[in-house]
Amino acid sequence: MGISVEGAFKSFGDFQALNDVSIEVPDGSLTALLGPSGSGKSTLLRAIAGLETLDAGLVLIDGEDVSTKPTQKREVGFVFQHYAAFKHMTVFENVGFGLKIRKWDKAKIVARVHELLDLVQLHGLADRYPSQLSGGQRQRMALARALAVEPQVLLLDEPFGALDAKVRKDLRTWLRNLHEEMNVTTIFVTHDQEEAMDVAGQLVVMNEGRVEQSGSADELYEKPANEFVMSFVGEVNRLGDHFVRPHDMEVVLDPDERTEQGMVQRIVALGFEIRVEFVLADGTEIWAQLTRSELQRLELEQGQIAYLRPIQAKSFNGSSPDDGSGASTPRGPQDGGDAEVSAAV
Amino acid sequence: MAASSAPSRWGLRILGLGYVAILLLAPLVLIFYKTFEEGISPPLEAITSPDGLHALKLTLIMVAIAVPLNTVFGIGCALLLVRHRMRGSAIIDAIINLPFAISPVVIGLSLFLLYGTTGWFEPGLSEAGIKVLFSVPGMVLASIFVSLPFVVRETVPVLQEIGTEQEQAAQTLGANAWQTFWRVTLPAIRWGVAYGVVLTTARVLGEFGAVSVVSGSISGQTQTLPLFVAKQYENFNLPGAFGASVLLALLALSTLLAMNFLKRKEDA
Repeated sequence: MGISVEGAFKSFGDFQALNDVSIEVPDGSLTALLGPSGSGKSTLLRAIAGLETLDAGLVLIDGEDVSTKPTQKREVGFVFQHYAAFKHMTVFENVGFGLKIRKWDKAKIVARVHELLDLVQLHGLADRYPSQLSGGQRQRMALARALAVEPQVLLLDEPFGALDAKVRKDLRTWLRNLHEEMNVTTIFVTHDQEEAMDVAGQLVVMNEGRVEQSGSADELYEKPANEFVMSFVGEVNRLGDHFVRPHDMEVVLDPDERTEQGMVQRIVALGFEIRVEFVLADGTEIWAQLTRSELQRLELEQGQIAYLRPIQAKSFNGSSPDDGSGASTPRGPQDGGDAEVSAAV
Repeated sequence: MAASSAPSRWGLRILGLGYVAILLLAPLVLIFYKTFEEGISPPLEAITSPDGLHALKLTLIMVAIAVPLNTVFGIGCALLLVRHRMRGSAIIDAIINLPFAISPVVIGLSLFLLYGTTGWFEPGLSEAGIKVLFSVPGMVLASIFVSLPFVVRETVPVLQEIGTEQEQAAQTLGANAWQTFWRVTLPAIRWGVAYGVVLTTARVLGEFGAVSVVSGSISGQTQTLPLFVAKQYENFNLPGAFGASVLLALLALSTLLAMNFLKRKEDA
């Protein structure tokens, strides 16, 4: 079932959460809504589920306008960031909730719930209460609960946001596989670009209540529509009007007409990847991503002068003024944590 | 640091226990002692007298009417205050607390102004043949009034704490508003409600001031147990007064124990 949203507006008091948003989600796809907090991605997802009412605009599921349909009639599966487990019910009762509401007979509910518990690898935990489960188990239970009623679409709101890094990665892979198996149209919201690129076939990048760009991970990375997308889907350096990915920054010891002179400020080894931070003559801080062998060949040291040559650079002239949003400035060593650096690869 | 605080910890403990013992336990123990000082038959006789039995029955009727009404109202009001925040909510919130702030005697008098011979509602009511003052309806009204805030006050924080996500999850799974309330919201807030019910019951059982004003305290007709206790005391029938007091205390205690029992059974 394809989903589309047309011209959606939503405000909360003075805050414009959605500002003329239109998206198209193809049938059977796995789509990520990606954006920083406050970008409107969760509001959009909740509007599709009917948990928020749009001020203006349409939500269509399988071509049918569901804008005025209440949530319980939209046949959507929804997974919340904090699981929204029914705490007074066992795992079995949680997963069987939707079926009980639909007045399935008991034997059929038992069969269906156990089938789902197998699918989410929670067999044997049917009689536990949510408080007796780990975060990852709770979220899988919430997924089983949403899938039990065979929804037309599956909506996940930062489903892995409250989990620790290792569990997140496991569940990511698992969700991708699950989607391939079940083939239900799925939209998930995340602020983590690595997660979005890892899991989703199609990404919609949102910012300040608008859609900045949508497309495949490759398209967004290779052909970003603007500075915001370029800096949000990966690391970026800024050289005048141009934006360069750190891995597109070649470091050489001999200058030529295309190089910029810089001084090595810091060398950070992150396993295989080396992050070399430079300061240019005009004070600009940029960094280059090298491999361990490249570093050994160049024999760079702190304080040394070297030359930087952008292999590939982009400019978005006319799209926005040079001193535009803060999101487009290159990340200095302070605000790009180590985890984020590896996430950019 | 832990070592130096040991004596002061003991000091605090003794102070706390002593305070509770003198102010709460001593009077209670004394009542029990006084009640059975001359054996079990004098208090038993007083309670099983026709007036005593009638007072017990009337008290239970008050509880049976006022507690369910205030429970339903309390849950509804709490839902309104927490889930449907709107203009005027703050005012409703403040008004709910009035029975806590106003003396019960004043509440009784205000009912007089409404239902008395010169009261606002009087002409219509006497035409319909309904007698409010000096009869059970007025006493029920007074009981409802004084015990109104308990369920609301106990339910509101629990409703706020559970948040709306579970309810929204129920909706996405196909539950309508009614199903969501019965299957998700009510079970989640049940101990807050239960505690409110226990407090409401205790208050209705023990209410004296407001009920005393509107009932006229007619023996065998409009006398609840607290009024019966007062009457026996005035008539120098101390075993009767103490006996009825103990009965009241046992009734209130049993509701508290019943809740604890249910809770323990569920936790097990």
